[in-house]
Amino acid sequence: MADTAKPKATGKTGSRRRAARNNADSHFNGEKPEVLLDYYRQMLLIRRFEERAAQAYTQARIGGYCHLNLGEEATIVGLMEALQERDYLFTNYREHGYAIAKGTHPREVMAELYGRSTGVSKGWGGSMHLFDARTRLLGGYGIVGGQLPLAVGAALAITYRGSDEVVMCQMGDGTTNIGAFHESLNIASLWNLPVIFVVINNFTGMGTPVERSSAEPELYKRGSAYRIEGVRVDGRDVLAVRDTATTLVERARSEHRPFLLEAFSYRMKGHSVVDPAKYRTKEEAEEALANDPIAMFEERLTEAGILTDEIKKEIAESVKAEVADAADFAENSPHPEVSTLFDYTYATPVANESRRMPADPVFAE
Amino acid sequence: MPVITYRQALRDTLRAEMHRDENVFLMGEEIGVFEGSYKITEGLLKEFGERRVRDTPIAEEGFVGAAVGAAMLGLRPVVEIMTINFSLLALDQIVNHAAKIYGMFGGQNSVPMVIRTPGGGGQQLGATHSQNVELYYAFVPGLKVVAPSTPADAAALLRAAIRDDDPVLFLENLGLYNTKGEVPDEEVVGEIGRAAVVREGTDITLVGYSRMAMIATQVADRLAEEGISVEVVDLRSLRPLDRETIVNSVKKTGCAVVAEDDWLTYGIGAEIAASIQEGAFDYLDAPVRRVAMAEVPLPYAKPLENAALPSAESVTTVIYETLRAVGRRVG
Ligand SMILES: Cc1ncc(C[n+]2csc(CCOP(=O)(O)OP(=O)(O)O)c2C)c(N)n1
Repeated sequence: MADTAKPKATGKTGSRRRAARNNADSHFNGEKPEVLLDYYRQMLLIRRFEERAAQAYTQARIGGYCHLNLGEEATIVGLMEALQERDYLFTNYREHGYAIAKGTHPREVMAELYGRSTGVSKGWGGSMHLFDARTRLLGGYGIVGGQLPLAVGAALAITYRGSDEVVMCQMGDGTTNIGAFHESLNIASLWNLPVIFVVINNFTGMGTPVERSSAEPELYKRGSAYRIEGVRVDGRDVLAVRDTATTLVERARSEHRPFLLEAFSYRMKGHSVVDPAKYRTKEEAEEALANDPIAMFEERLTEAGILTDEIKKEIAESVKAEVADAADFAENSPHPEVSTLFDYTYATPVANESRRMPADPVFAE
Repeated sequence: MPVITYRQALRDTLRAEMHRDENVFLMGEEIGVFEGSYKITEGLLKEFGERRVRDTPIAEEGFVGAAVGAAMLGLRPVVEIMTINFSLLALDQIVNHAAKIYGMFGGQNSVPMVIRTPGGGGQQLGATHSQNVELYYAFVPGLKVVAPSTPADAAALLRAAIRDDDPVLFLENLGLYNTKGEVPDEEVVGEIGRAAVVREGTDITLVGYSRMAMIATQVADRLAEEGISVEVVDLRSLRPLDRETIVNSVKKTGCAVVAEDDWLTYGIGAEIAASIQEGAFDYLDAPVRRVAMAEVPLPYAKPLENAALPSAESVTTVIYETLRAVGRRVG
């Protein structure tokens, strides 16, 4: 099968690795070292957080489904750097890293995974449904494509009020095939709404390769039917993502229109923690590991003399401590009280709302 | 009190609410330039402009979801879905998103929106255009579902729905738009979650909502001439369901009939019968009976359509049968 989905520069495993090295720019044109190190730290924090989450999951401290951002760290940090604090973010269920990079404390993310009342969604959402009104993360959503119409509506509200926030809406490659994707892109373009649709192309939806699910596997082109400009960026490169996303975010803000950004990267593990990804060949699995964005960035930073062994150790330790603290916090946080079960059915109290527990009679005496 | 149509009551209320609150705006297919498939929004585009009366593409999932997102940021969208049949294309956004966002995120963000949509068979529109699927939504905690049967209730409950901070499915009915009734001049805000006893009676309880509530009152009025005293309960709200009012009525009358405008199996009559047997078992003198649509995709041909739908005649028949079962000589 023709491998049309993957960008040209990335052919076979070896050449891709080399291409990355060749691209390595030891001068980082004018980038401040402390900023670069901050990106590196954020990426590492997400990596370690996800590894810790996987561990807690296998120890049954975390329930439900648990989808990780392993391999997407550079994309996440780059995207979040492009957003202003006042900008809104909608994501799918693979969003732990987004929540952290948008500003939610890792403690509150971990506590949510543990289902504790201190979690960012108070234990009501779990891994797939992180929401933080303070940071304007307006939800991780478990239904594929569900977040797209919502993001369009948020952008409509912004336009209605004449304010200048932008909405970013993240999704996976598989999501470009669902009806909501097409309805949402059409409406966003028709109504000139400031939404950046971001497709995280990890070349797979669960076990299905892009070219077996998308008739146009060059995903950034899929907005063309709606006259939405599409751009593809190397999602393994935090600076490329940041710069490309910043341009689109600011254009959306000033030009009042949507854009489609495709960022490709490699899913380093299975679809979720429980998925051993047996449908992948050994070569494919190795290819994913060889495209580790953190290792690639580390190499560039080291070559540029920015990341010394000492700094590396320091960052590794502080990240390790932060993740351990998050897990401790989660572990020691209370479970939600059963007495709060009916607290969030309705925002406006209503007559005859049922508060019956399973064995209660319908008519309480 | 002025007497106006159900349609006029809806239009007047939308208009007044839009004047009252800048955050209230309308979205839907053909509601602007075309002024609404059933002309509920007639004149509103001219009065309020495109910003507040927004024509959408034919994309129910897309625009209903956009309304949810706009509501999350504090606007109060009132969405029109041309008929409830087409709401099925937006099922995911209504059930998995609008209804879930408040609870699933621990009460951080409410979704103050209204979905207005008519149901209704009997217009020879065929199987896909004649359904009443409001119970799909009434099944879902997090949603509120109201179904007014009179112009006064239409106005009062629409006002309540728009001012409510939760997603409300507001069921209209093609067969009710031209019906008339008194609507008070003053602003009445209805109470969601409350049924109404619209005819007091002592012999039998007759429960319905929307078009069937209208038919129920007609049946009650006619049977009164025969000396049969029918108490009519108009549910008005399907979620929450006001079981108390139903059960209190049955405690008085000792028997009940439910008139439903859709299929019987798994329907609202089953829910009400179960509630009555639990809440008024000792008072029941006869089994609770249900009058409901024949369980077929509704046919086009008029004789078949008429035969399949519940009517004043079929409701009357079942009332007679129930009264005979409790030992009354009737019919
Ligand atoms: C509407 C819907 N259908 C199916 C699923 C099950 N499902 C969960 S994730 C997934 C794959 C999505 O792939 P993609 O959009 O590429 O995102 P990724 O998981 O790679 O981040 C599927 C089919 C779902 N959650 N929602």
